[in-house]
Amino acid sequence: MSKAAVDLPPKGGFSFDLCKRNDMLAKKGLTGPSFRKTGTTIVGLIFQDGVILGADTRATEGPIVCDKNCEKIHYMAPNIYCCGAGTAADTEAVTDMVSSQLQLHRYHTGRESRVITALTLLKKHLFSYQGYVSAALVLGGVDCTGPHLHTIYPHGSTDTLPFATMGSGSLAAMAMFESKYKEGLSRDEGIQLVVEAICSGIFNDLGSGSNVDVCVITKGHKEYLRNHLLPNPRTYINEKGYSFPKKTEVLMTKITPLKERVEIIETGDAMEE
Amino acid sequence: MESLDVDGPHSMGTTIIGVTYDGGVVLGADSRTSTGVYVANRASDKITQLTDNVYVCRSGSAADSQILSDYVRYFLHQHTIQLGQPATVKVAANLVRLLAYNNKNMLQTGLIVGGWDKYEGGKIYGVPLGGTILEQPFAIGGSGSSYLYGFFDQVWKEGMTKEEAESLVVKAVSLAIARDGASGGVVRTVVINADGVTRNFYPGDTLPLWHEEIPAQNSLLDILSAPSPEPMSM
Repeated sequence: MSKAAVDLPPKGGFSFDLCKRNDMLAKKGLTGPSFRKTGTTIVGLIFQDGVILGADTRATEGPIVCDKNCEKIHYMAPNIYCCGAGTAADTEAVTDMVSSQLQLHRYHTGRESRVITALTLLKKHLFSYQGYVSAALVLGGVDCTGPHLHTIYPHGSTDTLPFATMGSGSLAAMAMFESKYKEGLSRDEGIQLVVEAICSGIFNDLGSGSNVDVCVITKGHKEYLRNHLLPNPRTYINEKGYSFPKKTEVLMTKITPLKERVEIIETGDAMEE
Repeated sequence: MESLDVDGPHSMGTTIIGVTYDGGVVLGADSRTSTGVYVANRASDKITQLTDNVYVCRSGSAADSQILSDYVRYFLHQHTIQLGQPATVKVAANLVRLLAYNNKNMLQTGLIVGGWDKYEGGKIYGVPLGGTILEQPFAIGGSGSSYLYGFFDQVWKEGMTKEEAESLVVKAVSLAIARDGASGGVVRTVVINADGVTRNFYPGDTLPLWHEEIPAQNSLLDILSAPSPEPMSM
């Protein structure tokens, strides 16, 4: 190959070459490693005084439930929370990153963060990765312009809605919302409806399960109700307990405090201002 | 049954329309955003503001069209500051066209730009896939537009009044909704003229019924309020 071209510096932006390689390998029959997904049912709705977010707590790795009580409602700002569905690593990383960006922005501006700022930061990031960052989010919060609820899809498109559901259990949850939602719900009615929608996902969708988390955000106040409902308790526990034969025998115990091993040498001058 | 991929890319199946009338333009669109066969948003707003006097109807990939209109809004804002007066519809449409043409390999979105300015009055520009720009007295786009070409050929006339133009747009979108599975929901219109911008909203059940369409029924209420059926007797 002729070396006619000058070595150009890389143009910047994400390189999708490995994505093409992965697609080619998948076509040839190579199954990639299974990664942890939050199968999920996540919901949000706007009620009289603000926003209520809800999520189930099951995380799956292929067919296995790897975490029975994971947290899917992520902190973005004191007045903004975000539920995440899709690849667990992607939702954690993207919400963490935007949460830090929002904190820096708060330092710069000296003001409370706005939901639409979080929306734009998330949307820009997800679009630039063309859907390969598999994070589907329900973003909700209350700022100086009022309560807001948005959904963000992995490809970067967003919708602004009074009630929203995402994840594998979204159809089950949306069925509950479409039949029972109305404007101007009270706090208790709103929490009740969110719980019903998440339970609908938990019991009817295989990718969702375990408990219900709820987060209520109003002007100047938020309540993170972790495990608000536990509809799947472990019902049968053997009272006799479990005994495991063939333990590793302890032959000898010797504890050496490390201080005797480490020599501390005082050298140099004392620090001066 | 194909498995529903609720997190797949969103496309706005869509019917979008822009018509000029004597004194301004009327833009119209349906409100359905779908992922495969699931309707992800049944009340989306596909008519987005670019400046005070220019709006754009979006179709195709939801993400691509949203990002593109964000960029154009940003560039137009800078342009307005530098120019010292409101941007013309032609400039807005050309900015849309430049982004659509120069990124044609990566974008999948068809747009209709419409607005009013003091030099040319009401204008409609179509920017379909590929990034051509075409100034037209009326433009239609989206998957539902296939069903409207014949309709517009027959019904279109120059110099309509504002009411005629708006009722034409509503009728056309509702015809497309009746025939296109990827269009549905409500009809939104935006009227732009010298006096400003008016947004209108026509809920699905107020639209006229076409051939073989049955009236909307709130079946859940009917079931709940009906008396319990007589127990069967052997």
